[in-house]
Amino acid sequence: MATPEIVFANATTSYAEYGGYTALERARAMTPAEATEELMASELRGRGGAFFPTGRKWSFVPSKEQLPKPHYLVVNADESEPGSFKDNEILSRVPHRFIEGCLITAHAVDCAHVFVYIRGEYSGPYEILVNALEEVPKDVLGGVTIVVHRGAGAYICGEETALLESLEGKRGQPRSKPPFPAVSGLYAAPTVVNNVETIATVPPIIAMGGAEYAKLGVPNTRGTRVVSISGNVVNGGNYEIEAGMSMHDIIYGLGGGIPDGRELKAVVPGGSSTVILTKDEVDVGYDFDSLGALHTAMGSAGIVVLDDRCCIVQLGIRFSEFYEHESCGKCTPCREGTRWLTAILRKLEDGRATQADLDLLLDVCDRINGKCLCPLGDSDAIIVASYVAKFRDEFQAHIDEGSCPFGGASSLDHVLAPVAMHTHAPAVPA
Amino acid sequence: MSLYEAIQAERAKYPPESRSAVMPALRLAQEEHGWLSPDVLREVADALEVTPAYVRSIASFYDQFNLAPVGAHMIEVCTNVSCAVVGAQQVLEAFEHECGCRAGETSDDGEFTVRTIECLGGCGWGTVVSIDHHYRTRVQPDEVPQIVEELRGDA
Repeated sequence: MATPEIVFANATTSYAEYGGYTALERARAMTPAEATEELMASELRGRGGAFFPTGRKWSFVPSKEQLPKPHYLVVNADESEPGSFKDNEILSRVPHRFIEGCLITAHAVDCAHVFVYIRGEYSGPYEILVNALEEVPKDVLGGVTIVVHRGAGAYICGEETALLESLEGKRGQPRSKPPFPAVSGLYAAPTVVNNVETIATVPPIIAMGGAEYAKLGVPNTRGTRVVSISGNVVNGGNYEIEAGMSMHDIIYGLGGGIPDGRELKAVVPGGSSTVILTKDEVDVGYDFDSLGALHTAMGSAGIVVLDDRCCIVQLGIRFSEFYEHESCGKCTPCREGTRWLTAILRKLEDGRATQADLDLLLDVCDRINGKCLCPLGDSDAIIVASYVAKFRDEFQAHIDEGSCPFGGASSLDHVLAPVAMHTHAPAVPA
Repeated sequence: MSLYEAIQAERAKYPPESRSAVMPALRLAQEEHGWLSPDVLREVADALEVTPAYVRSIASFYDQFNLAPVGAHMIEVCTNVSCAVVGAQQVLEAFEHECGCRAGETSDDGEFTVRTIECLGGCGWGTVVSIDHHYRTRVQPDEVPQIVEELRGDA
C-alpha cells in the first residue's frame, strides 16, 4: 500500500503471492488475551471514522463463561462516505491481508463466525474477495466461517447498529445504545464490528509487534493511514502515509496539487461529514490532535480538494441532498431537518433568501445536532454550519446580490442529485 | 438451480431462526427477473417463509432493489461532490443524450435505464459510472457514445 495509486483492476495479490499467513500463525501461538494486548500496545484506533481504540473494543467482549453465546466478528465494508474509497482498493488489491486480519481478529475475540458486510455497489471487490476466500486452505481457516454479505444501497448501513439490523434481514435503521454491540450485537450476541482498513492493519501489527508499530506516527495517532485524495487534484487516489504528515504535502506532494492553474479554495479533510478547512488552514498535520485543534477530524480519511470555482452554497446543497437521500427516516430531527437544510440552501442559491433565512439555516442545524440516534443528521448540520462560519461572506453575497455570485460558472452548477431526480424533466418523446 | 433452491442455499449461511437471507434472496430474484414485481416478492416471501409485506418493507428500503421495471442495461452516474467537480454532470447529460432518456427514466426501446447515484466509492478516479453494476472510472463525456454503442451491441 505504500506505493502511489495503482488502479485497482488487475492488481490483486493471490494467496501464493501473499506468501502464507505467517502473522496468523504467530497470533494463534498466543492466547486471545495476548493477541489483544498486542493491539492495545499498537495504539491502533478504528479506521472507519470513529477512531475508537481497537484493542479496547476487543477487550469489551465478555468471555463465553460470562455470557454463553456465540461470538461474532462483523467487518464493515459498507464504505459509502463521499470522498472515501480506501476499502475498495484494500479489498481489491490485498484481499489476503484482509482475510488474514479477519482470522487473527476472530482468534483474539474467540469467535468462529465472521460476516463481511460489503456495500452492494462493490461488485468488483466482492468478486475478488470471494475468489480469494476460495484460495484459502481449510486448515488455515481453522474452522472459522467467513460469509460475505452484500448490502443493497444504503449509506446508513455504514453505521454499526444499522449494519447489524441490515445483516439480520431488517431495514437498516440504527438501534439505540446501550446495549453496545460488544455485549449485544448481531443476533443479540457479543459482536465486534471493525472497519476493513482496521482489519487489514492487524496482520502487520502482529508481525512487527504492537510496540514497534506504535513507534510510527504521532501521539494519539499511531501508525499509518490510507488517505483517499479526490476532487480538484492532479493525482487522485489512495496513499498510505505515516500519521502526522502535513496535509499540505499530501495535497501538493502526493496529490500533485491543483490542476489547470487553479487556486485552492477549501478542503474537506476526512469525508463529507467533517468540518471544512479553508486554504489557509491546510498546513496542518494529518492526525487526530492537529485536526482536532481546528475542530475537525480525520474521519474516514477522504480528502476532497476544492478549487476556486466551487460555490460553497452549492457544496452545502449537494452534501445536504446526500444526507437527505440517505436519512433512514427513524429520527424526526434528521428526517425533517436534512430536507429543510437542502430547501433553505436552495433558496439562498436561487437568490430568493432573506437575512432571516440564513438565521433559520443555522437554527435548523441546532435543532438536528445531537438529537438523533446516530450521527447522520449531525453530520449535515455540522458541515453546513461550518460552511457558514468559514464562508459567511459568500452566503451574504447570495442574499445581497439576489443571485449566485458565480453566475453559472461554479464547478457544482446544476449537478443533479438522486434525491432531485423525481423533479427532473419528463421523458423525451419517442 | 431454481430460485427456490438458491434461496435455501443462502438461508443455510445464517442461523436458522434469522431472517438474514432476505437481502441475498431479493438480489437473486432480481438477477433472475430484472425487477421485483409483486409476484416475484411473493415468490421470495414463500421461499423464506415470511410474508410478502415483510419482504416488500425490506426491498423498499434499499436503493438497489427495483420495484418497477428497468432497462436491459443499468447506467448509474455518480454525481456526488468529488465526481461533480470533475464534470459528472456533463457525463450524465452525454448518457441522457445517447440513450434517449432523462435521468431516472428508461429509454423507450427498453435498452437503458439512466440514473444518478450517490457516492460510488471511487472518488479519486472520477467521473465514476456503474454500468450493469461494474465500475468505469475517469469517464469523459466524449467516450460516452462509444460506451453506449458497445452496450447496444451486447444486447
